[in-house]
Amino acid sequence: MSSEKNLNLKLNVWRQKNAQSEGGFETYEAPGISTEMSFLEMLDVVNEDLITKGADPIAFDHDCREGICGACSMVIDGRPHGPKERTTACQLHMRSFNDGDTIAIEPWRAAAFPVQRDLIVDRAAFDRIIAAGGFISAPTGSAQDANSLPVSKQNADLAMDAAACIGCGACVAACPNASAMLFVSAKVSQLALLPQGQPERYIRVRDMVAQMDAEEFGTCTNHGECEAACPKGISVENIARMNRDYLKASLTYRPEATGGGAG
Amino acid sequence: MELKSNIPEGPLEKKWEKYRNDMKLVNPANKRKYKIIVVGSGLAGASAAASMAELGYEVDCFCYQDSPRRAHSIAAQGGINAAKNYHNDGDSVFRLFYDTVKGGDFRAREANVHRLAEVSVNIIDQCVAQGVPFAREYGGLLDNRSFGGAQVSRTFYARGQTGQQLLLGAYQALERQIGLGKVKMHSRHDMQELILVDGVAKGIVTRDMVTGAIESHLAHAVCLATGGYAPVFYLSTNAMGCNTTAIWRAYKKGAAFANPCFTQIHPTCIPITGDHQSKLTLMSESLRNDGRIWVPKKPGDKRPPNDIPEDERDYYLERKYPSFGNLAPRDIASRAAKEACDNGLGVGETGLGVYLDFADSIKRLGMHAIEEKYGNLFEMYERITDENPYKTPMRIYPAAHYTMGGLWVDYNLMSTIPGLFVMGEANFSDHGANRLGASALMQGLADGYFVAPYTVGNYLAGVKPSEHPTTAHAAVQAAEATVKARIEKLLAIKGKRTPTHFHRELGKIMWEHCGMARNEESLKKALELIPKLREEFWSDLLIPGAGDELNQSLEHAARVGDFFELAELMCLDALERRESCGGHFREESQTPDGEAQRDDANFCHVAAWEYQGEGKTPVRHIEPLVFENVHLATRSYK
Ligand SMILES: Cc1cc2nc3c(=O)[nH]c(=O)nc-3n(C[C@H](O)[C@H](O)[C@H](O)COP(=O)(O)OP(=O)(O)OC[C@H]3O[C@@H](n4cnc5c(N)ncnc54)[C@H](O)[C@@H]3O)c2cc1C
Ligand code: FES
Repeated sequence: MSSEKNLNLKLNVWRQKNAQSEGGFETYEAPGISTEMSFLEMLDVVNEDLITKGADPIAFDHDCREGICGACSMVIDGRPHGPKERTTACQLHMRSFNDGDTIAIEPWRAAAFPVQRDLIVDRAAFDRIIAAGGFISAPTGSAQDANSLPVSKQNADLAMDAAACIGCGACVAACPNASAMLFVSAKVSQLALLPQGQPERYIRVRDMVAQMDAEEFGTCTNHGECEAACPKGISVENIARMNRDYLKASLTYRPEATGGGAG
Repeated sequence: MELKSNIPEGPLEKKWEKYRNDMKLVNPANKRKYKIIVVGSGLAGASAAASMAELGYEVDCFCYQDSPRRAHSIAAQGGINAAKNYHNDGDSVFRLFYDTVKGGDFRAREANVHRLAEVSVNIIDQCVAQGVPFAREYGGLLDNRSFGGAQVSRTFYARGQTGQQLLLGAYQALERQIGLGKVKMHSRHDMQELILVDGVAKGIVTRDMVTGAIESHLAHAVCLATGGYAPVFYLSTNAMGCNTTAIWRAYKKGAAFANPCFTQIHPTCIPITGDHQSKLTLMSESLRNDGRIWVPKKPGDKRPPNDIPEDERDYYLERKYPSFGNLAPRDIASRAAKEACDNGLGVGETGLGVYLDFADSIKRLGMHAIEEKYGNLFEMYERITDENPYKTPMRIYPAAHYTMGGLWVDYNLMSTIPGLFVMGEANFSDHGANRLGASALMQGLADGYFVAPYTVGNYLAGVKPSEHPTTAHAAVQAAEATVKARIEKLLAIKGKRTPTHFHRELGKIMWEHCGMARNEESLKKALELIPKLREEFWSDLLIPGAGDELNQSLEHAARVGDFFELAELMCLDALERRESCGGHFREESQTPDGEAQRDDANFCHVAAWEYQGEGKTPVRHIEPLVFENVHLATRSYK
């Protein structure tokens, strides 16, 4: 932790014009950086300077800048979202660095997340996994009174813990196999812990895992790097919960009866 | 231009029912022949797109983020209101309706607000059915808390992440429809123009933000759910990408813009630290349930807060508003903080801050209870400021947060352009001149789940499936050409200053002249400064790179260009409304004790502006507001 007010830094940043081109590292000076700045504000300063010099600024995803939208996504000195535990890049402050540091900044690296430009990757694979089954089918208007379905506080709290995932993809970026198990299991767990989620419980886990396998995510070999990198502290217990459900789903699988015939 | 609100006849509490009984329906077999465009995937957009697809329509949905799940609704912290009266504390649909009308300082439409209160209860049911993990009590039932401007406990919440959980519920419903092929999602697509064919909304032009391709999309109806425009102040609690572009294009195509000056400054945000600041972080209003706001009584008192004895502190909200105390509505709490700081009582290095102190609550309820309720907010505060709010009071200051103004809509949520619907924060909405906490989420979801699916259907029932232009249509070609020309113009300037530079300068003008307090002289000053700065923007802007690639500077510049024009309209609207109401405080119009003084005789109306063309002054139209069910009272929280 720095006690200085202003830092002089060097950045090694991955630059890549588009998905087709080959990328490489470029070095930039970042002088006079206030420790009150967030990491992204530091990049803003560097970018303002690049633009005025007529160069292309460093492209990076960001939106809420308060750790909740999951847009920001960069590997800082080898760690997704940087050195501070349970902190997204946008909430990381420069007081976590020291004067004279050289900081390496790279995009998420995973086959399922192709780079679109510089630090920006395509995470649509996550959306497709949710589309495959990460929901409860409850068309608008069909709901009963909310309090007719009590949920034990313990389960509600566990469901909320799992639901806190922001879908940033740090878990994939941290995993040596680029597995998406933590992301998928968080949604599977949340919905399996709630009474509303029971009817589709086993179909859901099967369909989501099938989609995960269809995307280019790796397999989980229990490294646990995902939990360590997760800015929201999503626990690997979710993976254990999902594995149990998945096993049960595989054992009880019956191909759906073909439709028609009614009436 | 005629502003027909199309409010159904009959008693207030029967209007929405009557509407649903009378509305026209589209034959179920025909629904798939209609295409609806929904721009936006926040609470309003995602819920509308999913619900309309469930009904059988073909939907095209757009957002500028890489995934619909990242819409700015995700950031809402505190909660969502609903008149469930689960706590038996006297809540009812009427009371929620009344609180909302009063909270908005009597500048909203009665019929719309009543409908909102009616469907509020269905929203909670819907969200629970989707698996939204709301906070619960030990008995397994739903928990509630209080928010500003209300004396009942009607706010449902999911820790400090209510918006996230509600949005993920809507997003999952949307993804389900995407999986079923009923919704086609276009992420990283920026809407840049609205397409009208013979005066009717029939499509949009977008820029693919990865390839730069300019594309037209056509439909039988267009819904804008593109959120608010608070970043016109540059610094705000909104996400960096929040913008006015979609509704501004619609305005310039003839949709009336209502009450643009009605903006909400939120009282509890983390203070600014320096010029590098890119956004301001909100500390949820829910904190005012247990935190007490104070400043030192002595100007310039530099002692650490815990060294200032009790009798040398001014708990000014409790003193001035004994019955609502720290839960006074936002506009009042913000102005009171500004007043304290203007009087030299502000705290922190900049003197622009007041304390929000939890010491008493921690003593009363214990550390654990406070941690349970607000743990994640306290963590967020500490991460940003490096101070521990369990030990030392938070420092907070008001920041631009929400925009009550937006495109004018009738009871159907249709703008003055036929076929163009506007939902969520993007419309001028149900919040009048001030929105109460926890009612934006309610309104967004009400519009999307329970209003638009009916009213858009009612409109489509009068449109033939064949009434659908092709991309070869001259109007489509013209719209695309406008977009391309504008992008080329921006890129061709090649000046010296960046989009951020201009945005920041514009924000300073707006905050100073059209912020928490406004007066004639300073608004007129702003109306001189803005066009001057805008001219510089169009002659000295520097955007690197090209249009046919991922170019974040170009995206930003295009938005800033629209903010410039909107800023002028906001100041004009603020100038013309010579009364104080809600978030719009005109210094010339205050009571002897410094409270907002409404002028119902002259301003009990919605002001809706009609565009007249480049360089011409827009025309101000009026929709009178009629109050038949509530008494037009002076708003008092004392
Ligand atoms: C920090 C914070 C906390 C809040 N807390 C609360 C709370 O506790 N309770 C409450 O009731 N309200 C709260 N609010 C207000 C509330 O969150 C918003 O008013 C509400 O979520 C807006 O929803 P929306 O669907 O209208 O718009 P948004 O969620 O902003 O969504 C806008 C959508 O439009 C898309 N879009 C915008 N422009 C374009 C374009 N040009 N082209 C293509 N797509 C575009 C975006 O991609 C996005 O999908 C809070 C707001 C903030 C900022
Ligand atoms: S920018 Fe939203 S989480 Fe970082």
